[in-house]
Amino acid sequence: MSQNTNKIMAWIDDRLPVTQTYEKHMSKYYAPKNFNFWYFFGVLSMLMLVNQILTGIWLTMQFTPSAEAAFASVEYIMRDVEWGWLIRYMHSTGATFFFVAVYLHMMRAILYGSYQKPRELIWIFGMLIYLALMAEAFMGYVLPWGQMSYWGAQVIISLFSVMPYGDLLTEWIRGDFLISGATLNRFFALHVVAVPLVIVALVVMHLLALHEVGSNNPDGVDIKKHKDENGKPLDGIPFHPYYTVHDLVGIVVFLMVFCTVLFFFPEGNGFMLEYANFEPANGLKTPEHIAPVWYFGAFYAILRAVPDKLLGVIAMGAAIAVLFVLPWLDRSPVRSWRYKGIVSRIYIVIFGFNFALLTWLGTQPATELLTLIAQIASVIYFGYFAFLPVAPKFEKTKPVPERVTGGH
Amino acid sequence: MSQDGVNKARRTLLVGATAGVGAVGAGFLAVPFVKSWMPSEKAKAAGAPAKIDVSKVEPGAMVTAEWRGKPVYVARRTDDMLNTLEGLADRLKDPENANKAQQPEYADNLYRSRKPELIVLLGVCTHLGCAPKYIPEVQPQPFDPNWQGGWFCPCHGSRFDLSGRVYGGSPASDNLIVPAYMFESENVVVVGVDEENA
Repeated sequence: MSQNTNKIMAWIDDRLPVTQTYEKHMSKYYAPKNFNFWYFFGVLSMLMLVNQILTGIWLTMQFTPSAEAAFASVEYIMRDVEWGWLIRYMHSTGATFFFVAVYLHMMRAILYGSYQKPRELIWIFGMLIYLALMAEAFMGYVLPWGQMSYWGAQVIISLFSVMPYGDLLTEWIRGDFLISGATLNRFFALHVVAVPLVIVALVVMHLLALHEVGSNNPDGVDIKKHKDENGKPLDGIPFHPYYTVHDLVGIVVFLMVFCTVLFFFPEGNGFMLEYANFEPANGLKTPEHIAPVWYFGAFYAILRAVPDKLLGVIAMGAAIAVLFVLPWLDRSPVRSWRYKGIVSRIYIVIFGFNFALLTWLGTQPATELLTLIAQIASVIYFGYFAFLPVAPKFEKTKPVPERVTGGH
Repeated sequence: MSQDGVNKARRTLLVGATAGVGAVGAGFLAVPFVKSWMPSEKAKAAGAPAKIDVSKVEPGAMVTAEWRGKPVYVARRTDDMLNTLEGLADRLKDPENANKAQQPEYADNLYRSRKPELIVLLGVCTHLGCAPKYIPEVQPQPFDPNWQGGWFCPCHGSRFDLSGRVYGGSPASDNLIVPAYMFESENVVVVGVDEENA
């Protein structure tokens, strides 16, 4: 039996490098042995990507992408299609958990300097995924054609009007002089076909780049420096079976939280499915309080904090663009925050909480006090990127150990 | 393969020329794909003028009508309301209608209207396109303790006075647009046409 299997594998391997690929990326991919909690979120992001693709395909089977029928077809899925409510809530809750996982995954990279040399391209591909994901989520939110779908699209597309030829550009994006069925139809095509293809391709690039240079770790030390007589890193363990099994535990815990929200709080208290979106789109009346879904909150808060249209849009764009050049802003000789100076360590924590604060502010109405807080928080956000290049000039780092600390 | 006797310069030229012609071809091919995103003929045709009966609009009240799918506001201002407009100049970004694109010539005045009391505005915030909310009462508001009545945009907090002029400190930079309009009769406003572009 096993001899026959070997023969079949050999036959395939002569024609397609299955075993070689499996070894390169799984059984002989050596990952540092000291991964901690933060290292779950990469695989969890991929889990959510699979969830979105699977439930998304099923939703397209019942959804009607037209201004006249979209809203009703979503209600049809929720009420009349067998298990339709579950598939739809898996998709809408999945979007939130996708972003939770991605944000924590990004924070991990910031904490441990995973974007630093030689992992700049991994970070760039990651940022492109994040950008595509934001476009994907935005267009997906337009599809149910509720009030928030409509006015959210109105606001976001109007952002482009500050560019040269802005009016022409917004007409081109909308396919009409206002948000209409033409907009909905093209967003459906992009959301279902174009952007997912781009995201999957980028994920492949992200992983190929990662497996080329190897994973970083909480100490930010290079595990390839110390190898045994067979050339295996002393501080590395094969991804399979060690981390596959290890990640299963994380996946189970994550899915427990996911299911709790899915079954008990599918609307996320108005942060995931906003109340105004249970009303069909009406182009003549803006909802009383219009806010983005929570995962866009931070950038929306920065947009609103600037009392000028053009500068506000520039600030919001810069808030995203500056992340792309993060690998070149951080001049620290060490990767991990564990060995950075005290000011860097404090600022990195503030940066994380400050982003959470901005996210919350973006979902709240624009009162005078909250606008002031958003302005301060925006300064703290951009301040971090101004601080990074100068930090090594006045700050001493701690000595980095030769080998990783901790680990199992 | 032998590289002997290869004319490198000619090869570079041929590769360059092929790539160049290919790029031009790709550019031409892109045109229909890009152009297909523009508003269709059907969308362009849906722009007929809108008629609004203003006889039922009480002093101080506002009605919303639809024109080209967008909200149009018609408000009948009281004398008290009109009196607030004069003293606001230093709180506004563009009190004198310096941006001529925001209103036709006949509305380039303090009231931004043909008849002082009746104002016609496009209900589209000049910031990011939400429909501002009509709040005519002169009383302190959470967004402005010294509110003199006008429009407030719920999206990003832009504030406009009762002539649709934008307040300083708003994210919007321009006054609300006064569309082309004319009076067909005493009580019927037609939006989308005037003497110049009938």
